[in-house]
Amino acid sequence: MKLGLFIPCYIDAFFPEVGVATLELLERLGCSVEYPLDPTCCGQPMANSGCQDDASATEALFVHCFQDFDTVVGPSGSCVHHVRFNLDAIEQTPQAQKVRGRTRELVEFLLDDLKVVGFPWAAFPHKVGLHDSCTAVRGLGHARPSERVNEPYFSKTRDLLDKVRGLELVKIDRPDECCGFGGSFCVTDEAVSAKMGYDRVHDFHRHGAEYIVSADMSCLLHMKGVIDRLKLPMKVIHIAQILNGGPP
Amino acid sequence: MSPREAILSAVRKNLPRPAVPLPEVPGSERKGIKHGLGYKEHLTRLPEVPGAPDVNEPLLPYFRRQLEAMGGRSFEVADAAAARAKVAELFPDANVVCSAVSEVPGTRRIQDVRDPHELNDVDVGVVRSPLGVAEAGAVWLTQAELVVNALGVLSQHLVVLLDPAAVVETMHDAYERIDLASSPYGVFLAGPSATGDIEGVIIHGAQGARSLTVLLLAPAARKDPR
Amino acid sequence: MTRPVDPERRAAGFIALELHESTHDRLVWGMRQNRDKAVAGVPEWEELREMASRIKEHTLTHLDHYLEQFEKSATKLRTHVHWARDAEEHNAVVYDVLNAHRVKSLIKSKSMLQEECGMTPYLQQRGIEVTESDLGERIQQLSDEPPSHIVVPAIHKLRTDVAALFAEKIGTDPKDSDPHALAEAMRQNARPRFLKADAGMTGANFAVAETGGFVVCTNEGNADIGASVPPLHIASIGIEKLIPRGRDLGIFIRMLSRSALGTPITQYTSHFHGPRRGGELHVVLVDNTRSDRLGSPDFWHALKCIRCGACMNTCPVYRRGGGLSYGATYSGPIGVILDPGFDLSKYRELPFHSSLCGSCTDVCPVKIDISDQIYKWRRVVAAKGLLSFAKRVGMSALGKTLAHPPLYHSAEAVGEWALEHLPRFLLYNPLNPWGKHRELPAVPRQTFRQWYIENRRKP
Repeated sequence: MKLGLFIPCYIDAFFPEVGVATLELLERLGCSVEYPLDPTCCGQPMANSGCQDDASATEALFVHCFQDFDTVVGPSGSCVHHVRFNLDAIEQTPQAQKVRGRTRELVEFLLDDLKVVGFPWAAFPHKVGLHDSCTAVRGLGHARPSERVNEPYFSKTRDLLDKVRGLELVKIDRPDECCGFGGSFCVTDEAVSAKMGYDRVHDFHRHGAEYIVSADMSCLLHMKGVIDRLKLPMKVIHIAQILNGGPP
Repeated sequence: MSPREAILSAVRKNLPRPAVPLPEVPGSERKGIKHGLGYKEHLTRLPEVPGAPDVNEPLLPYFRRQLEAMGGRSFEVADAAAARAKVAELFPDANVVCSAVSEVPGTRRIQDVRDPHELNDVDVGVVRSPLGVAEAGAVWLTQAELVVNALGVLSQHLVVLLDPAAVVETMHDAYERIDLASSPYGVFLAGPSATGDIEGVIIHGAQGARSLTVLLLAPAARKDPR
Repeated sequence: MTRPVDPERRAAGFIALELHESTHDRLVWGMRQNRDKAVAGVPEWEELREMASRIKEHTLTHLDHYLEQFEKSATKLRTHVHWARDAEEHNAVVYDVLNAHRVKSLIKSKSMLQEECGMTPYLQQRGIEVTESDLGERIQQLSDEPPSHIVVPAIHKLRTDVAALFAEKIGTDPKDSDPHALAEAMRQNARPRFLKADAGMTGANFAVAETGGFVVCTNEGNADIGASVPPLHIASIGIEKLIPRGRDLGIFIRMLSRSALGTPITQYTSHFHGPRRGGELHVVLVDNTRSDRLGSPDFWHALKCIRCGACMNTCPVYRRGGGLSYGATYSGPIGVILDPGFDLSKYRELPFHSSLCGSCTDVCPVKIDISDQIYKWRRVVAAKGLLSFAKRVGMSALGKTLAHPPLYHSAEAVGEWALEHLPRFLLYNPLNPWGKHRELPAVPRQTFRQWYIENRRKP
């Protein structure tokens, strides 16, 4: 199986260690991974603002770069969600449909496709707060949203973290409240975005979390900005880093 | 073109397609609130509702609990005399008791009221409901029972007689049993008038009745078949 | 072109009132939690949603038929049925009926449609005294503000705000902010208005084609007083409120208040079929852009809305920014998708007043794809050239950079790429909004791509 690694633009620029952890983790699990050097972004920032025209060239580039892979894996729920559900600023050629259908988010790839049973190398003896991103929960179906009360609870991210030695998940008051990142929303609606971020971070802090873990680095980028401003004794970490054996 | 024709033709021009068929709604056979009505056969692993009645269990306790949760209260009374005594006990200071039932005559007969404005001084209104709904803790009242509809909302306190055998399970059952077009007014009343409009604090007696008391008493005719 | 409302600025103002925002978030989230508990008491909830959605879709795809059937059944019950194409026509019809009855004073219960039509100021300008009878609506009327929430119109106010308002307007003790005392004071103030009113007005939650009647749901019973005390009752009904059969009500009534407040039913669920003994009943069927929306494949599903407010209660943006931040009749997620249909230019910023978390879609009892529609409205705004300058320029620059790997990567090679180029969409603003409440991320020594070339592509 030819596996293409999709590293979203903001991970490439701000959190290269998350890209490295994702790559190493996939290789550890026996995947043959290739990282094409040309893709820049999935087109989501433009498309999310309604700018289909501005998104189309980037989306075309994405499809072009990944069309020869059997599977594309990315460590970001929101980017994968865009590719799978909203990448339609370009003509829906067979190549585009193929790439969109084969793009997988890291958590679901590990759990549903590879059916990984354990991460024997991973230990993380910390209290951890789990942040499932909105697009992962409601867009990709990674967890039961809290409002669907009559359905059994599940969280794919939690299932993976349960396989890590020493890791203790803390319970918080609002398990899947949006952190307020929301793409360009975080600057165009700054006051609301920041207040949501503060509330979210305080919920984790109040319940003793040392780390906030997520499969979406964009939410963590935002919450890290809040944590650093408030000088709280907490850190953010991507799930790939924990599953790969902890932060470097 | 008249507004009517203009609207209908705009609607016709823009009707979404394809047309969606009308689904059948659940019938009135009892299914048990506890396990859900389970309209779809394959949905069998629904969560259980704690405290709710199962198919074979009586509905009255659940109706009374739900009514209480809505801010109402209920009492079992043995006969008309007990109902009168209960009203006197609960509202010792009432000057005007306006009644639409024979069991509790009160101080004013609703049949003597010509205009709803005459009800402004009513302390306690008394009326009989033909139907209670367990899941909602609600009683059904129409113009046939109220005679003057405003009795239900202008009275400071409302007392409703209800046959304990006339309680159905859900709103589906209730709508199967009533004939909407037969009365100009019909209301499912669940507890007293309430508001949460100031900081969400629940307050009874916002505009309508300050309290709702249900007296569980079968009508005389049914209790005594002679 | 209409000047757009600025929800971001308005929301920031509300958040700056710290106690208002935190109380609002707590109370509105409380309603969402109550909704969750109530829904847990109905195991078949998802089936109810599906059925409710299909009944609404069926009605809307046969709306002409059901409108005619409603008119016929209602007329048979001696209800006067009027039709109004838009807000102006609605207000004129209402005024004509009131005028013919020499109405000087009117008591009305909550109606979002009458809000939408701007009916109250219209009638007041023509000498008719209009009193809102719902406590929350009356608070808003006395404040000269629109409702901030569909179900609890004054939820953005603290009890002390209400105490100050009532002290000024109806002479209560300004120091007594006990909600019980305030509600009692309004009860005493409203009662004489009910008694002297020449007419009562209501909206309608549902109109039943088969039976020719309509249903009004309240907790205060104020609609029932307005309909049963004055001799004249006028109801304004949006054409999308129709449902086919009486028994369909079972589905919707089971869901409405559970979704809204978490109670199994509203205290009063009132059905009106023809005039009461000694009274007269008029209904006005109002289009006001609804038939346009019906023709929009992307947006017609919004017409299924039963105005429960569940989407507002679950919305993290609504809870922080408050309902008045939307500057429109309808607020919250449903407002974001309804308001642009009335005036795209004015409400062009609303689709961006959302983090697209998607919870609104999940709680909607009639399965409106609210979140997807918000996303689609953004496309409409952009396609019509109505994007704000900052977004337009930022997205265009970003799109150009990201579409050209050499441009992108040479920018990277120069270093500090992240802060120079990528965040243009984040930081395209001299005020640097990101940094107002958050720290900027540190820029790492190398990008992932550089690391990959260095470590994995060595010859």
